[in-house]
Amino acid sequence: MIKAILIFNNHGKPRLSKFYEHYTEDTEQQIIRETFHLVSKRDENVCNFLEGGMLIGGSDYKLIYRHYATLYFVFCVDSSESELGILDLIQVFVETLDKCFENVCELDLIFHVDKVHNILAEMVMGGMVLETNMNEIIMQVDAQNKMEKSEAGIAGAPARAVSAVKNMNLPEMPRNINIGDISIKVPNLPSFK
Amino acid sequence: MPAVSKGDGMRGLAVFISDIRNCKSKEAEIKRINKELANIRSKFKGDKALDGYSKKKYVCKLLFIFLLGHDIDFGHMEAVNLLSSNKYTEKQIGYLFISVLVNSNSELIRLINNAIKNDLSSRNPTFMCLALHCIANVGSREMAEAFASEIPRILVAGDTMDSVKQSAALCLLRLYKTSPDLVLMGEWTSRVVHLLNDQHMGVVTAAISLITCLSQKNPDEFKTCVSLAVSRLSRIVSSASTDLQDYTYYFVPAPWLSCKLLRLLQCYPPPEDGAVKGRLVECLETILNKAQEPPKSKKVQHSNAKNAILFEAISLIIHYDSEPNLLVRACNQLGQFLQHRETNLRYLALESMCTLASSEFSHEAVKTHIETVINALKTERDVSVRQRAADLLYAMCDRSNAKQIVAEMLSYLETADYSIREEMVLKVAILAEKYAIDYSWYVDTILNLIRIAGDYVSEEVWYRVIQIVINRDDVQGYAAKTVFEALQAPACHENMVKVGGYILGEFGNLIAGDPRSSPLVQFNLLHSKFHLCSVPTRALLLSAYIKFINLFPETKATIQEVLRCDSQIRNSDVELQQRAVEYLKLSSIASTDVLATVLEEMPPFPERESSILAKLKKKKGPGAVSVTELEDSKREGGELNGGGDRGPDTAAMAASNTSTPSPSADLLGIRSAAPVGAAPSSAGSLLVDVFSEAGPTAPSAAVNDDGFLRFVCKNNGVLFENQLLQIGIKSEYRQNLGRMYLFYGNKTSVQFASFTTTVSCPGELQSQLNVQTKPVEPLVEGGAQIQQVLNIECLSDFSEAPLLNIKFRYGGALQNLTLKLPVTINKFFQPTEMSSHDFFQRWKQLSQPQQEAQKIFKANHSMDTEVLKAKLLGLGTALLDNVDPNPENYVCAGVIQTKSQQVGCLLRLEPNAQAQMYRLTLRCSKDSVSRRLCELLAQQF
Repeated sequence: MIKAILIFNNHGKPRLSKFYEHYTEDTEQQIIRETFHLVSKRDENVCNFLEGGMLIGGSDYKLIYRHYATLYFVFCVDSSESELGILDLIQVFVETLDKCFENVCELDLIFHVDKVHNILAEMVMGGMVLETNMNEIIMQVDAQNKMEKSEAGIAGAPARAVSAVKNMNLPEMPRNINIGDISIKVPNLPSFK
Repeated sequence: MPAVSKGDGMRGLAVFISDIRNCKSKEAEIKRINKELANIRSKFKGDKALDGYSKKKYVCKLLFIFLLGHDIDFGHMEAVNLLSSNKYTEKQIGYLFISVLVNSNSELIRLINNAIKNDLSSRNPTFMCLALHCIANVGSREMAEAFASEIPRILVAGDTMDSVKQSAALCLLRLYKTSPDLVLMGEWTSRVVHLLNDQHMGVVTAAISLITCLSQKNPDEFKTCVSLAVSRLSRIVSSASTDLQDYTYYFVPAPWLSCKLLRLLQCYPPPEDGAVKGRLVECLETILNKAQEPPKSKKVQHSNAKNAILFEAISLIIHYDSEPNLLVRACNQLGQFLQHRETNLRYLALESMCTLASSEFSHEAVKTHIETVINALKTERDVSVRQRAADLLYAMCDRSNAKQIVAEMLSYLETADYSIREEMVLKVAILAEKYAIDYSWYVDTILNLIRIAGDYVSEEVWYRVIQIVINRDDVQGYAAKTVFEALQAPACHENMVKVGGYILGEFGNLIAGDPRSSPLVQFNLLHSKFHLCSVPTRALLLSAYIKFINLFPETKATIQEVLRCDSQIRNSDVELQQRAVEYLKLSSIASTDVLATVLEEMPPFPERESSILAKLKKKKGPGAVSVTELEDSKREGGELNGGGDRGPDTAAMAASNTSTPSPSADLLGIRSAAPVGAAPSSAGSLLVDVFSEAGPTAPSAAVNDDGFLRFVCKNNGVLFENQLLQIGIKSEYRQNLGRMYLFYGNKTSVQFASFTTTVSCPGELQSQLNVQTKPVEPLVEGGAQIQQVLNIECLSDFSEAPLLNIKFRYGGALQNLTLKLPVTINKFFQPTEMSSHDFFQRWKQLSQPQQEAQKIFKANHSMDTEVLKAKLLGLGTALLDNVDPNPENYVCAGVIQTKSQQVGCLLRLEPNAQAQMYRLTLRCSKDSVSRRLCELLAQQF
């Protein structure tokens, strides 16, 4: 079973924490700090497994992690999981994020915590693996996005129109936070009259 | 097109996050967060209804704040309200908030449950999945109560969508884990197993986790999953990777599922059905073969996935432990990995080999890799890997390679990481003890251990070396010499001083003949360390000094001088001061004889499981007794000894010592004060057992019972023999009476002085057995033998054995020995002949479960018929022929005669020559007798 999934950056700032067992908020923060401390002092090129810290259950649990650029992805698992299997799972998770965010970077995780949670939820549920097929996961996430868009409703219509137009003209839409800006302002329009 | 458009960001959220990221200090950050929290709170409380977008934005902000480690104590109600929205976006954010922030005790659960119930019955797969996720994430008991019966139905219903099935499987698993009593097995269980055949691989992936967990708890009910799992595995392993399309990961077909299938199979023994087993073996062979094929991709993901399956296959092979061919292949494969350039593989290979080392088929094969493992211990850069290497060395250690492995571990200790030193020290100590052929090697090893890693040597380790030295007289001289040499080092660890002080205090006389280690030299050496030591060590040294006064009268003046000096006799520490005062008085007032008695050599410690092993187990897992108990009682002992003016006479001191009720960890045997003031039985409780974690040792535990079991089926023979003394026994029994002749032979040419023997009946035995004897002559000349007669009366049935304590003085040294006398309940048997019919009639009469005692055990001796018959006759019962329908079996009958009652006993012994096993069954009219006889006899055959 997976006990926790943690993502933090090279400075130990948490970017995602998902615990599949109940801890108090305080303990969760301590676990993140302890795990960061354990993982960050390790060289590159050493193995990707180590015994868990005391707070998370010591030697009965393993920390399996990968380090991508500025981020550490750490899974805390018990002995029923295959170590290499979990490494693959981390890879699938990251590849999926990469597809969903188009070259994912730390900022994407910061600004889209909810999306990251949703993607993770398509892979892991209650500490067990739900799905490992990336296409399947992306399909689910896509379906959710569509629903979200369609629900933007009447108020969202202009936004949809804008993004439709944009999409027509620019098949490869560049990263642009301002598009979000437009879609927020639209609902406020009626108050101008 | 990316699935999540980057333009969808919420501006308010982005601004807030940027603000936080720009904060220069923690204070500024907290200030900004508090401002935001106030804002959100007012928005939530405000009159204006928030639209879905705003709610989502605020919840996202709260999640971000929570992730930074700040408590969120509001917003739950808003989140719960979002659940009942029929907009997906709002529902989803509500569920997200709850699964991250609501704990399982929340009173909101009832409201949440209502929302979940609606979503589950909505037949909208997306909503159902959200609800199932929420249950799986929170997993509280209230939720289990509400949904445990509903979810299995969703899981096996024919019309459920695949994605919902996946979620339902894992949701059920979560509920089963948190509240197994609420998930009732039923009609659905058999259908769950068939999910292994589902067309959708995602469903299989989710279901297999559920099935594995259920199989572990109810293996019989889910047995059918074995053949299904094998056929699924076989289809994955054998098919070309293109068949599995999306589930092929870097050219490896369905690696995750394969691993899980192999894990599931590890819940069961090898399949009994030949066809299934054949298919599985084929799969395992294919997996092993694939490992040798050239990789289809250079990417690390490809080899990772391939090896993940390989390692699981190897685990399964090790689990079955029945296919020598596969085991050896597995071992060779792991051997290759030991030298692989991927650190991960080296790590996993070492870990798997640890389990392989315990299989009899592969232990030898594992041992061939010893050099590689030692090399890993020396050269690996990664501490995780080094630790696995140390574990493996420990696992592969046996008599043949113990010296090499211990030497390597010792040399590694000098540079080992601090985090694993203590565990390494324990492991070295255990291996050294377990595989010690000559104890001088053991002593060397432990002293080296203290020298190299003194700080990590726990009390147990140095207690243990002392225990072993005390119990084994062949190593005492060597130990004294070695510690003496070790103490020569200018800086030696305090633990070394403790061991040194203790051993020289006991056995310094054994090396005193050499002028280089004359008594005074020994004393000066110890005393040179005194001032650098902590109080407990100093206390121990003071005790060693008083023992020196006894061993070497010529040091008396010097030591008294030391004791008399202000730093001792006026020491501010009560314990030290008291010892100094008492020892000074003792040495100046007591006669040599009294001194010799009070300060006699420590008696042997009881044999029991090494406390070091216990400590290692404890380190590895919870549930053991705490060592602090010992610490506490030590402290208590110190207080009881402390303070108060006490009369200068030795009797008073002895009395005060005897009355100390705690198992004081004082290593000096204050026990020896007992003969002066109190009866020997009460002295036993003072015996200082440094290993006891719980309390004082019963006197019977300190006993040599090597010879005891040899006398269960015979009455005459040699009970005990060492270099000095031989004890022979002749005994005869009639009805409930017996007479035992003990012959004490002095094997040396020197006289034994003050030879005394005491027979005692510990505990309740006093009321069960009456043993009378006369004292023996106190002098046993060299080469002479003396005799002692014991008259024994059995009053009622008993389980313990009487103890024989022998004390005498050989040369200068006091010898002390306690033996278990082989008086066992079966000695009072009267044989009873009876017919087959009578036997079985009585057998049936004794049918209450507690009247029967049964043991199945491996044969320790020859299973020859005549030998067995002789033993059974020696037992004292009648051996009945033609009673058991199976002529291989033996049956016996007899009546045990005690003063108070007679106990009828029937015995049946069924040998199984093929398996080299016996089954022993006893039925007696008294249950305690059945149990005791069964215990005694199980060790005879």
